[in-house]
Amino acid sequence: MDETNGKSPVSACAFTPGERSLPPEVEEELKRKVAAAEHPREMAVDVMYALQNHYGYFSDTALTHACDILGMTHVELEELATFYDYIYREPVGKYVIHVCDGVVCYLRHDDAFFRALCETLGVGLGETTADRLFTILPTACIGDCHKAPSMLINGVFYGPVTPEMVPGIIADLRKRAEEDIEVMCR
Amino acid sequence: MEKVLFRNRRPDRPATLTEYRQSGGYEGLAKALAHMTPKDVAEAVRASGLRGRGGAGFPAGRKWESIDPARKGPRYILPNTDEMEPGTFKDRILVNADPHLVIEGIILAAYAIGAERGIFFIRPSYEMDAQLLEKELQNAREAGFLGKNILGSDFSFELSVHRSAGRYICGEASAQINAIQGRRPNPRKGVRSTDRGLWDRPTVVNNVETLSCVPDIIRRGPEWFRTLAATPEGDGNKLYCVSGMVASPDCFELPMGAPLREIIFEHAGGMLDGREFKACLPGGTSTAFMPASLLDTPMDFDNMKKAGQRLGTGSIIVFDHKTCLVRATINIINFFVRESCGWCTPCREGLPMIRDLLLRIENGEGKEEHIARLREMTAMMRHAYCAFAPGAAAPVEGLLAHFEDELREHIRQKACPFGLGKPRCGDWEARQFAY
Repeated sequence: MDETNGKSPVSACAFTPGERSLPPEVEEELKRKVAAAEHPREMAVDVMYALQNHYGYFSDTALTHACDILGMTHVELEELATFYDYIYREPVGKYVIHVCDGVVCYLRHDDAFFRALCETLGVGLGETTADRLFTILPTACIGDCHKAPSMLINGVFYGPVTPEMVPGIIADLRKRAEEDIEVMCR
Repeated sequence: MEKVLFRNRRPDRPATLTEYRQSGGYEGLAKALAHMTPKDVAEAVRASGLRGRGGAGFPAGRKWESIDPARKGPRYILPNTDEMEPGTFKDRILVNADPHLVIEGIILAAYAIGAERGIFFIRPSYEMDAQLLEKELQNAREAGFLGKNILGSDFSFELSVHRSAGRYICGEASAQINAIQGRRPNPRKGVRSTDRGLWDRPTVVNNVETLSCVPDIIRRGPEWFRTLAATPEGDGNKLYCVSGMVASPDCFELPMGAPLREIIFEHAGGMLDGREFKACLPGGTSTAFMPASLLDTPMDFDNMKKAGQRLGTGSIIVFDHKTCLVRATINIINFFVRESCGWCTPCREGLPMIRDLLLRIENGEGKEEHIARLREMTAMMRHAYCAFAPGAAAPVEGLLAHFEDELREHIRQKACPFGLGKPRCGDWEARQFAY
């Protein structure tokens, strides 16, 4: 995908790995938001999210830009980036599948649901598919316990999920992948 | 019983501003701004007996009144929407049922403590809630409930959403303050948020369920609120989540102090077919296992304490007779090991040791001395900086108090009596079984 083909730069790069330069308008917009904040540092997570969406993950280049935009040091931001589980320092798929492994979901299913997910996608836990569409991440409780077992894909809850439902959910996302250019929350 | 918090809950969508106002919404705010001083509002909340719903049960009015009135300059209110304790989903249901009830509660709290700014702390898996709240905050602003000179008074207040990037520890008040400040969210020790909170200014961190009780306390009076509870010790209504091996898991609004048995067997439809009740965690995973003999305990802060338990968040997780509680506790401890901020030694080093002991027992390598060691290690957790590690130890303490026989049976049989083997490499559970 090309940044000049009319799509917004954020969406064009949202799931393409690689170190693209940050369009000046994106950088200016972020700098403006930081300047408007009561304290620049309170924008740290917002800026990390924005750059993560641009680069597809929180790359080293994203980190350097974040330091520049926020006026924070590498170590200050790296400390945050490695702490938070929704900031990814390694490339992830366009759809990050957060599968709850909290105790309620544990009670409500055996390994079958996880196995169905891994078999349908052909990857293991924590891995990304070759087409860079899906990453499976087991995650601490996502707050959907009454619909256990549950998972969260880019902000949307799926629950209760059975192993039989998995291929259909994945096929549906594959179909939508072209149109779904906005990645709000992975 | 009368529903207060869930009076506008619908199966398919959140209540709108208009619907909320038709049910008495924002009347409390109008009354407070026209006829009450901030001190009156705080006093009404104290008189209502309202206690914090985030788990600690600290009286809300007392927390507000602990701010030094002589302190000039900015003050903050942080409505805590970071619930992440396994089994807890009440705040998400509440925000999605009636967002303006939550918003009005925050505005009233801000008025009482003299805050000019509030920050909604939202966890990343609740992104849809963040979007809903941003939309409804704009509606509140346009209706004159937020911003400069609210309802023509001289009180101004702005409320915005802070998107968090995850981690359970951010629900701890002082960790949340660090998180908003763009610092690593380690809890702070020995500093009161109401004294030195966000940007070193007086700050109140309240759970959103607590705040959502405030509009009706102001509108209908503290005496009315006191009549809601099922027990003399209770305060108002409570949102109880029920999940696990029950027929109809959901979140229920009931009088505070409703007996545990009634919540599980009447409201949540009892056990799933073919399953018998074995134990439950009454208030999320940082409370202790409760056996069937305690099912008649009223679910309020004081009666639970009397029974040697904690109400916590009132999020009940039900376990059945086919579940190996050692295995389930390993899952819970693994959550805490992973979510520990790692800042203080008891938590960082102690929790993996507790997990190690439980894994040995579950894998058939347990020895009698491991039980004494588990007791020793769980007792050590109280030396941690914050409530995280003692909370993590609670289910293990419950296991030792009420299900020691099950632990012993693992040791005697040199295997899990439920026939659970060690997970195969690559299995979901295998990650939790790596020593």
